[in-house]
Amino acid sequence: MDDLQLARALFGTTMGFHIIFATLGVGLPLMILTAEVLRQWKKDKDYGIMAQRWTKGFAVLLGVAIPSGTIAGVQLSLLWPGFMEVVGKVVALPFQIEIFAFLLEALFMSIYVYAADRLSASMRILSMIFVVIGAAASAILITNVHAFQGTPAGFRMENGEVIDVDPWVGFFNPSFFVSAGHVTLSAYMTGAFTIASIAAFKLLKSNRGSKEFLFHRKALMMALTVGGLFSLGTALNGHDSAQMLHKYQPEKLAAAEGLFETQPYAPLAIGGYTDEATRSVKYAIEIPGLLSFLAGNRFDEVVAGLNDFPREYWPPLYVHILFNAMVGIGGLLLALSIIGFVWRHLLRRETFPRWLMWLFIVTGPLAMIGIECGWIFACTGRQPWVLYRTLLTADSVTQAGNIGFLFVLFVGIYILLGLATVFVLRHYFKRHPLVKDLEKVSLGS
Amino acid sequence: MSNELIAIAMLWMFVFVYSVAASIDFGTGFWSMIYMNRRQNRATNIANRYLSPSWEVTNVFVVLIVVGLMSFFPGATFTLGTVLLIPGSLILLLLAIRSAFLVYSHSMEGYERQLAIISGISGLFIPALLILVLPVTQGGFIQVINGHEELLLGKLLTSASGISYMAFAISSTFFLSSLLLSDYSRVAGEMEAYRLYRRDAILNGPLSFFTALALVTSMKSEALWLYENLLHHFWLLIASAVAFFIGYTALWWPGGKRASLPGQPRVAVLGIVVQYLLASYAYGKAHLPYIVYPHVTIESAFTHPDTFRALFVSYIVCFAILTPGFLYFWRMFMKDKRYVKQP
Repeated sequence: MDDLQLARALFGTTMGFHIIFATLGVGLPLMILTAEVLRQWKKDKDYGIMAQRWTKGFAVLLGVAIPSGTIAGVQLSLLWPGFMEVVGKVVALPFQIEIFAFLLEALFMSIYVYAADRLSASMRILSMIFVVIGAAASAILITNVHAFQGTPAGFRMENGEVIDVDPWVGFFNPSFFVSAGHVTLSAYMTGAFTIASIAAFKLLKSNRGSKEFLFHRKALMMALTVGGLFSLGTALNGHDSAQMLHKYQPEKLAAAEGLFETQPYAPLAIGGYTDEATRSVKYAIEIPGLLSFLAGNRFDEVVAGLNDFPREYWPPLYVHILFNAMVGIGGLLLALSIIGFVWRHLLRRETFPRWLMWLFIVTGPLAMIGIECGWIFACTGRQPWVLYRTLLTADSVTQAGNIGFLFVLFVGIYILLGLATVFVLRHYFKRHPLVKDLEKVSLGS
Repeated sequence: MSNELIAIAMLWMFVFVYSVAASIDFGTGFWSMIYMNRRQNRATNIANRYLSPSWEVTNVFVVLIVVGLMSFFPGATFTLGTVLLIPGSLILLLLAIRSAFLVYSHSMEGYERQLAIISGISGLFIPALLILVLPVTQGGFIQVINGHEELLLGKLLTSASGISYMAFAISSTFFLSSLLLSDYSRVAGEMEAYRLYRRDAILNGPLSFFTALALVTSMKSEALWLYENLLHHFWLLIASAVAFFIGYTALWWPGGKRASLPGQPRVAVLGIVVQYLLASYAYGKAHLPYIVYPHVTIESAFTHPDTFRALFVSYIVCFAILTPGFLYFWRMFMKDKRYVKQP
């Protein structure tokens, strides 16, 4: 591998690792806040216990989210100095404001965790609201830079020089709102389904009608409701994202769909893989006209195919699989939360069948796979550009060398931290079983 | 004041705040490890009570400095990003281990010791590596090979400046953190912990002072331009030494009626912070106009003026919005007796 590929592999691994913790870092605070509010609203102490236990888990995850985010932020300058030079001149704003969003989150997270016993219920909720705002704002502002990469605005490049700079035009670049919405909504969805997974697993193992059973069922229903709402939101927003690609990054949409011929009444290819030799998608289910309709709200919308673009500017063709995985997982999760809601509240059943419980258990990992597929699609689908049609990734990479060595080091540390985090969480919750928390509350009241 | 000067002054301020806060942060992690076995004196307890809520906030400043540099001086990002790839990556790895294991050690009953040792030791290497950015910017350690810049890491690590800077970083880490913790244990009324941290401060004060002198001497032979500029601010350096004298002797000032040991640790902390403030102001002024000597200056690396204006405004607005949050945080963890004195 050359230095460019190694640098991409290193940075991609960093992001792939950080995204797991960052996504939960945005998603879990919303669940904790929901539990805090439900506790006050329903006067049910079980929700207070949920908030406490999730906060403990969240605090451990933050211990990895913060350093891995620091790594990602600093690695940008270390690995892509050419890119960061342009960013520094044009869209430094989101990076800078992000720091303050994160400071807000860090300050109030510490207050919520270490001063909980000295806070009133309303101050606790207010602190958590600031954490939720800080976490979401961090995600939105970092996505802002990602959006800028896809739809750069607010400057021109002439002979390698950055001119005509307008930082606010760069900030409010065309894909900012739709991309930021997608990241935030899908993070809330993933946070909720992660809780749903754990609650479903514990529910399956507890005795019907016991205190723990009722506790876990409340957590599961709450998680499915929040998860369902946000997967619906993610799906609606995903439609806008596709239309944004159609308008601003047509070759990315073409690669996502495996479309080669520019045409009206373009079909939507579901599944299969893109075969470059025959310039077609193999083993896919094709629905005639649907892609045109999704891209432009009309069946005779002309959708650009890859053949219209020079071969060297094509994104990698495997993004079709990533795109399908992301959309497929989103649809499945939405369906599962609707089934769960109908089963419990419309059919009024006390328990879920085993097969459904196992499906609930896999929702969390599935959502995370969807997030990873989405991010890899979003970033590799922009290649070979680091700034779409402005700056090539190859022209922005570091000249320093030694990247293979660093790659090994960082991958090693990610494996270590990943395993250690799982180990620590398991150890902690084994030592602090739910039964003890439930007993404490019933003794206290 | 020109835009460039405002920008570099802000960046200098971030670096100063971080270097003091981080010295305290990493040093506290180290003391927490050292005193772990002595259950009776609660010194570890005091250290952890300070560290738990504050490390995340301190960590934000690393990113603040990198983003500040990249946004105000994109031209310097290219050079520094290229030459600091290896040491920067090592710092990141250590930072990841340190933070993660710090959090783990609070969640793993039965394994606190081992985890705190990993976190404490890795935390000690970070300031030593971080400070190496300074000798790199003084010139002499960057070579242009095949048209791109490369860091002479071996030369840096064996040079007089490299070694004296690292010694200064570690002794300052010990000194600043033990000072702050002696103040914190006094507020908590833990006299046994106060005795230990006061002793550590007394030991490390002169050490940090002499390594600072060694550092200036190393400049004379390896970065003469900086040394000569620094001498233009001779009186600032003298004032800094006076502040050290006041702060250090405050550890023997009468401590009030109830205290069994002498010392005014609050005065000592303030005096020493003033000492570092004056010295680093003199250093920063002497360093101008260079960011990386001799090729990158604050003018050549400066961002687009419109971007600077937008950044400047948003810094002011963001700090104004967050100030109440900082004050609330301070009240909750540094002043509230219920937190500081808890069993």
